[in-house]
Amino acid sequence: MTDLSLFIVAAMLIPAVGAGLIASSGSRPNVREAYTLVTAALLFGVVFLLVPSVLQGARPATEGFDLLPGLSIQFVIEPLGMIFAMIASTLWIVNSIYSIGYMRENKENKQTIFYTCFAIAIASTMGIAFAGNLFTLFLFYEALTLSTYPLVTHKGNDDAKAGGRMYLGILLSTSVLFLLPAVIATYFIAGTGDFTVGGIIPEGESPYLIAALSILFIYGIGKAAVMPVHRWLPAAMVAPTPVSALLHAVAVVKAGVFSVVKVIVYVFGLDLFSGDATSWVVYAAGFTVLVASIIALGQDNLKRRLAYSTVSQLSYVVLAAAMATPLAIIGAAMHITAHAFGKITLFFAAGSIYTAAHKTEISQLNGIGKRMPFTMAAFTIGALSMIGVPPTAGFLGKWYILSAAMELKDWFVLFVIFVSTLLNTGYFVPIIYRAFFKAENVPPAHEHGEAPWPVVLALSLTALGTLALFIFPEVPLALAKALVGQIL
Amino acid sequence: MLDQLPAIIIAVPLIAAAVCALIRNETVCWLIALVVAFASFVGSATMLGQVQKYGEDISYKLGGWAPPVGIEYKVDLLAGYVLVLVSLIATAVLIYGRQSVKLEIKKNLHGWYYTMYLLCMCGLLGIVITGDAFNAFVFMEISSLSMYTLIALGKDRRAVAAAYQYLIMGTIGATMYIIGVGLLFTITGTLNMADLAMRLVPLLDTPAAISGMAFIIVGLSLKIALFPLHLWLPNAYAFAPSAVTSFLAATATKVSIYLLMRYLYTVFGFGFSIERTPIPEVIMVLSLLAIFAGSFTALFQENIKRMLAYSSVAQIGYITLGIALANATGLTGSLVHIFNHAVMKGALFMLVGGIAMQVGTVRLSDMAGAGKAMPLTMFGFVLGGFSMIGVPGTVGFVSKWYLAMGALENGWWWIVALLMLSSLLVLVYMGRVIEVAFFRERPVDAIPLKEAPKSMIVTAWVFLLACVYLGFDTSFTVGVAEQAVNVLLGGVQ
Amino acid sequence: MEGLNELAFVLGGVNHWITVFLIMAGLYIIVSRSNMIKKLVGLSIFQTSVYLLYVSPGKIIGGTAPIISDDFTVYSNPLPHVLILTAIVVGVATLALGLALVIRINEAYGSIEEDDVYSGEDWN
Repeated sequence: MTDLSLFIVAAMLIPAVGAGLIASSGSRPNVREAYTLVTAALLFGVVFLLVPSVLQGARPATEGFDLLPGLSIQFVIEPLGMIFAMIASTLWIVNSIYSIGYMRENKENKQTIFYTCFAIAIASTMGIAFAGNLFTLFLFYEALTLSTYPLVTHKGNDDAKAGGRMYLGILLSTSVLFLLPAVIATYFIAGTGDFTVGGIIPEGESPYLIAALSILFIYGIGKAAVMPVHRWLPAAMVAPTPVSALLHAVAVVKAGVFSVVKVIVYVFGLDLFSGDATSWVVYAAGFTVLVASIIALGQDNLKRRLAYSTVSQLSYVVLAAAMATPLAIIGAAMHITAHAFGKITLFFAAGSIYTAAHKTEISQLNGIGKRMPFTMAAFTIGALSMIGVPPTAGFLGKWYILSAAMELKDWFVLFVIFVSTLLNTGYFVPIIYRAFFKAENVPPAHEHGEAPWPVVLALSLTALGTLALFIFPEVPLALAKALVGQIL
Repeated sequence: MLDQLPAIIIAVPLIAAAVCALIRNETVCWLIALVVAFASFVGSATMLGQVQKYGEDISYKLGGWAPPVGIEYKVDLLAGYVLVLVSLIATAVLIYGRQSVKLEIKKNLHGWYYTMYLLCMCGLLGIVITGDAFNAFVFMEISSLSMYTLIALGKDRRAVAAAYQYLIMGTIGATMYIIGVGLLFTITGTLNMADLAMRLVPLLDTPAAISGMAFIIVGLSLKIALFPLHLWLPNAYAFAPSAVTSFLAATATKVSIYLLMRYLYTVFGFGFSIERTPIPEVIMVLSLLAIFAGSFTALFQENIKRMLAYSSVAQIGYITLGIALANATGLTGSLVHIFNHAVMKGALFMLVGGIAMQVGTVRLSDMAGAGKAMPLTMFGFVLGGFSMIGVPGTVGFVSKWYLAMGALENGWWWIVALLMLSSLLVLVYMGRVIEVAFFRERPVDAIPLKEAPKSMIVTAWVFLLACVYLGFDTSFTVGVAEQAVNVLLGGVQ
Repeated sequence: MEGLNELAFVLGGVNHWITVFLIMAGLYIIVSRSNMIKKLVGLSIFQTSVYLLYVSPGKIIGGTAPIISDDFTVYSNPLPHVLILTAIVVGVATLALGLALVIRINEAYGSIEEDDVYSGEDWN
């Protein structure tokens, strides 16, 4: 066990040390980027070394570090955290490759701060993924918010400042106003915050208390962007595309829905959460799915449309988790994975278009598929995954969620999924159609082909990943099943 | 030698102050003050260690006269804890402040500065160590009078006006306190606190005891700057020399809070002052008002020293809130916050001192672009801000956790909500400074900035790192505080 | 009888009545005056009340200083006197410092009226 707990510590230390190295080599960009890539590769290796033993049912843990009596910092790896860590560490490599191309081509300033904060954010993400109790989760959740703030405000202009203020304001205020009281209350009620299979809230608590607690948790985890606390996500669109990818796919929103699922599974417990007191969550999430999709339909800015699509997709996960049946939890876990790969592909494509053609609006995209075939092909795969069409990863998640809804005969959920699938199609297919089948309407400022090769490489990799996940879903699926296998 | 430590710790600063007054050479005085302050720290720590080790209070009979007639110096866990805090801060501020004192105080007054500084430290230590109610008044006045002088040493003319304001308010507070003690003395015939506690038991319901208590609490509240008796504080903090502000903010109000706790829990006793009078309710309302009024006012300050001063009013509210919660957890939070607030606010004022030195003013609008030019200072400000907000991993979180838990033990959910809301206000006013410093470009015609002197940065960062370290390793602060709470709550029986 | 009791109450506590009067008078002056020296006068009066509060209960009619001698059997408590000597010193020191500050204020502002000093200043 000891060597595995060393790996856990390593998973957090590697990006942290990497951040230090990156910060110290600001004057030599090539060395700096090499550090980023080496760190990412090392982290990837460490995380994947942990997978086999977790699959075999081991739950590696570190010694708890007691901050106060009863309040400790501890890391335990369970299947859901393993999935999250795998997603984050895999996508960090791809994202780093992409960032190098994007940042250099667009001649962004303050690149050292960018890579440093990025590495710190990844370290925080690992902390969230491996958190063994609520307090540790909260600690790294806040660290992630703070370390991504400089990334969101990267451009330093007024727009970036306003966006950053919204980002920090909403995420910090929800976490301090709702999540922290929820954490404190949980420790007070349950006497512990350790994530335990089957939940830690004792039986027989009043339903009002449970309902209040669930409200505090669902809205306190602002990163899950359940309406109306979703506003930070579109606001953060001012950031450079690699940051958007970090927010939407690698870390931030994933940390949100991951925390929601984790709280539902390990704090409330599925039995408790399937009760009436928390049934409101399904409706709140369903509402968000539909409304965000409708808003996405009306956006002409590509990144904004993608942002609202994220809001809607996140609530899929919350919706699934709130159904609180084993099948639904598997669906939630699979959807986290699928959305990560699909959405990062879409953002990479959007960034690629911006880099090569300096276009940001959907209405300018006519005929761009001919100039940038790889980008738009990847975009298509990502979009199909969002809609849930096989053979893409998105299909799997939706399949499990649908099965769970069928099993429960929950007509509301079925209705939401059905309508939202139509809406998804409605806002993605026209983009693809424009790109491939319409003649160019806005001539580009200069002749261009594809974006720089690292960008194209990265988005091709993630697009292939989206397909591969459909064909070889064994590892994440096994982990997702292990997650509920304990519950059954 | 070790037996005489309680007397030495008071006598040595007193004598050293006189020596400084005679020498008046800046370097010599600074060295004397530094050595004496550090020796006090070592002495305090030794005594605290002894109390912890043997589990027995140190009692020292001044001049060999046995209490209750003679004056008794008494060091228990709580006193030892506050002694360590005061002497530690005093030492650190001396190391920190030499450069800024040279800059902010007229040359011919440097010797006097260290004289007053030592007197003030002596007074503060004396309040804590004495077990005699009247002796506490004398030490209170020693520390206050030297503090008024220290504030008036500021170059800005507003410093003198602020010192005058503080003198009037402070003297009213001290006089109220001594009137209260006089009333208790009239009915019990004793001034020794332990003796007073014993003899008061059958007399607690008499009008004299109750009015004495009221006078003492109001008087001390003035010294503590508990809302709405805080009016002297913002100006005093804002216009005093930076080093003085760091020292004042970290120690003076804390010591008065210590004395208030002594009276509420030891002299009048938990069973009376907490359970049978409306004092906890009153203090709770005032604390909450302090937290919100202080933080709200801080939002609109252009002078960042003043902003931090209003934030101190709010932070004092947190400490007194713990007293009002009146259970072991809340009280622990209160004691922990005494230490924690001293460390983080001390650090912030130290950083502001550096800003004042380099920028020339402490106005927010003049700080544009400071983040780039003074990264150590401004990142320190960010870290200190985190601690003020109560981000986990900093000391601020530890205090708030205990306060919230204490409130929950009483079933007061809404206090938890208010605590969190107040953290947001802190976020906003600290955020303002950080945004100006990091996101606003420095005007082209403004003077170029550079980092503050090393001694200032290093001391401030030692404190900031302590904020983080004590946020993780709470065994000293929480450990001692919990034991001290046992002393306070157990002292009743 | 009723009236006599009241009279005894009033006269018996005459030292306390004076103390209360001094407290109120002192505080009133501090609050109502704008002149900084007058404020200090009020402060001194306020502090004086303490002297009376301490010293008067220690006095026993016919009592003497505590001298060990067969001639005297009734003593006044000497402790309050000693305490008040200290308090007087504190009071004098406070007054001196206060006056010194007023001189400095007069030099800096050209006025010792609180209204002029505080209202004419930007405190932010």
